Amino acid sequence: MSTTLYLPMDTTAIAMGADDVAKAIVFQTKESSEKVNLIRNGSRGMFYLEPLLEVETPQGRVAYGPVSVDDVESLLTQGMLTGNADHPLYLGLTENIPYLAKQQRLTFKRAGIINPVSIDDYITHDGFVGLNNALTLLAEDQQNIVDEIKTSGLRGRGGAAFPTGIKWQTVLDAKPTGAEQQKYIVCNADEGDSGTFSDRLLMEADPFSLIEGMIIAGLAVGATQGYIYLRSEYPQAQLILEQAIATAYQQQYLGDNIQGSGHKFDLEVRIGAGAYICGEETSLLESLEGKRGLVRAKPPLPAIEGLFGQPTIVNNVISLATVPIILAKGAQYYQDFGVGRSRGTLPFQLAGNIKQGGLVELAFGTTLADIVNDFGAGTYTGEPIKAIQVGGPLGAYLPEQQWHTALDYEAFSAISAVLGHGGIVVFDNSISMTEQARFAMEFCTAESCGKCTPCRIGSTRGVEVIDNMIAAHQNQSPTEQSVALNELLVDLCDTMIDGSLCAMGSMTPIPVKSVMTHFADDFITDNSTQYHEKVTAKEQK
Amino acid sequence: MNTNAKAQSPEQTIKNLVDNKKDLPGALLPILHDIQHQFGFIPKSALAIIAQGLQQTEAEIYGVITFYAHFHLEQPGRHTIEICRGEACQAMGSKALEQAVKNQLGIDYGQTSANKNFTLEPVYCLGNCACSPSIKVGVKTYGRMTSSKFSELTETLSLYQLNLGEEL
Repeated sequence: MSTTLYLPMDTTAIAMGADDVAKAIVFQTKESSEKVNLIRNGSRGMFYLEPLLEVETPQGRVAYGPVSVDDVESLLTQGMLTGNADHPLYLGLTENIPYLAKQQRLTFKRAGIINPVSIDDYITHDGFVGLNNALTLLAEDQQNIVDEIKTSGLRGRGGAAFPTGIKWQTVLDAKPTGAEQQKYIVCNADEGDSGTFSDRLLMEADPFSLIEGMIIAGLAVGATQGYIYLRSEYPQAQLILEQAIATAYQQQYLGDNIQGSGHKFDLEVRIGAGAYICGEETSLLESLEGKRGLVRAKPPLPAIEGLFGQPTIVNNVISLATVPIILAKGAQYYQDFGVGRSRGTLPFQLAGNIKQGGLVELAFGTTLADIVNDFGAGTYTGEPIKAIQVGGPLGAYLPEQQWHTALDYEAFSAISAVLGHGGIVVFDNSISMTEQARFAMEFCTAESCGKCTPCRIGSTRGVEVIDNMIAAHQNQSPTEQSVALNELLVDLCDTMIDGSLCAMGSMTPIPVKSVMTHFADDFITDNSTQYHEKVTAKEQK
Repeated sequence: MNTNAKAQSPEQTIKNLVDNKKDLPGALLPILHDIQHQFGFIPKSALAIIAQGLQQTEAEIYGVITFYAHFHLEQPGRHTIEICRGEACQAMGSKALEQAVKNQLGIDYGQTSANKNFTLEPVYCLGNCACSPSIKVGVKTYGRMTSSKFSELTETLSLYQLNLGEEL
């Protein structure tokens, strides 16, 4: 008899000790009569339970977590291998854990279920159905694939929310220039926003879905070369992606003759080098070309003159990894999820000071309060929530009265906020909003590409002005000085918004202004409480 | 013992690495990664070799190396420790952690400890935001970091280096 166990090899699971748990399991079952087959899967995205150990039983997969090395012995002696419930870490059938059961998983439906580098596992779980349908559509007309994407309503999941089908149409219609006659598919895997990890999780848990999405994109617009531009901060994702790509070549899903169709698509991973700005599509293209990641002026759009001057689709990981299910189940199926012009699902990422952090894929239209309370279960420290930053470091800090806004692109835009890449970072009441506003500017000084003045100089001056405001407050300077500095900061923000070349400079003022608007009482007050003391006190309990 | 192969000079190694990839479209970043992987940093002597291989100027190569936070022109310590400064980590006390780490190692960002064991760098998001605060040592990320866990970790890293000569 052999029992199959699953333990994730995703970055977060490993960061919480999964590798050591794996070693302990192998070591402690070596002499046992019961053989154990340990599969390193991807994470289900319930990071608060990592490392999450699953056991395959006749009833389904039973979960235990979070497991530490010290728990392995008691798990084994108390019948974990048969899915026994008599252990404090017993969580029941994984599928029934409310955090997972309440989600609407489309893009992430295989995450944590399959062995990420097994192409057989991928195929058994409906992998390449979308590609096969795409090849059928292609036999009639290339336009059919692009039409499916248009009908689905899919918008770029990287943050800008531009309709994916329209981008594809532009590339399909564009004529390559020069001798090479090449078009490109570039996957933006430079997930630099703090509080976001859905790209990483997807690449580590289900890399073939990204590969499949890129092949379909290539077929749709006539591009035969793809690049995944991956940030250097994600070495585990690189390892898994490269293994998956090698397998896809061996099985003829990549290369000169995809599944005997006569169509060709090559794919390569390229590693970035620690520059947030390279998440901006034109900067990313410069970097791929082997240059400094300086932003390009638009137009021309990358869809017309992109990588090496050729028509290029630049799509985010999640956008591309969502393509297979659209092609597999049809555009209408995907379109039926969501609200208004925000169709389908978004993988929300719950992070920061949150009790149950992780990935929550839901249709657009739910509210922030629902996600944070139902899934997140409040703050990690147990203190009340003070602010929630949505959409990464360039997103607004939202006060309590805005937590009931529907999570859709237009509703967020209406309150001067952004949904971005779906990152949700929770802060408890120990946070100093002044420090956060200052950090937004400081981050921009560190990460600006330097090409345009409003971003490069504006952010430097922004840090200075906020420092002066803090000093004026501490010296109890006359009110006129505070008012003047306040006006100066507003002016500076407006200059950055209107004058910057790309989203880095034009969005940095969003968090700053949100603090000035919604936390005015708190802005420039001296409440930099010791966050860490609280956290440490909790850890020691 | 291999007696017939003379140890290759660093310059020859760099030239080989350049030659391996110079025909790739957009070859510079892959080449720089290969060199840094080999030496732990990019030796100054590499600039002229890369420039010649790619038919670019040394100034262009230098501009690219210094644009990216990941590339280094100086030899770092045995372990590079990156502390995440992203907002999710800040929400869980990373500012206090940063201070504690700097105090323990006696160095600031961009510096290497006197015993050459540790180099400290800031990083803006490791993608481990649900289990913050995070640090990364080499290729491995550690979640829910505290100053006491960090002391244990650095002790282990020093021991491994001194006694076993292994990388963790």
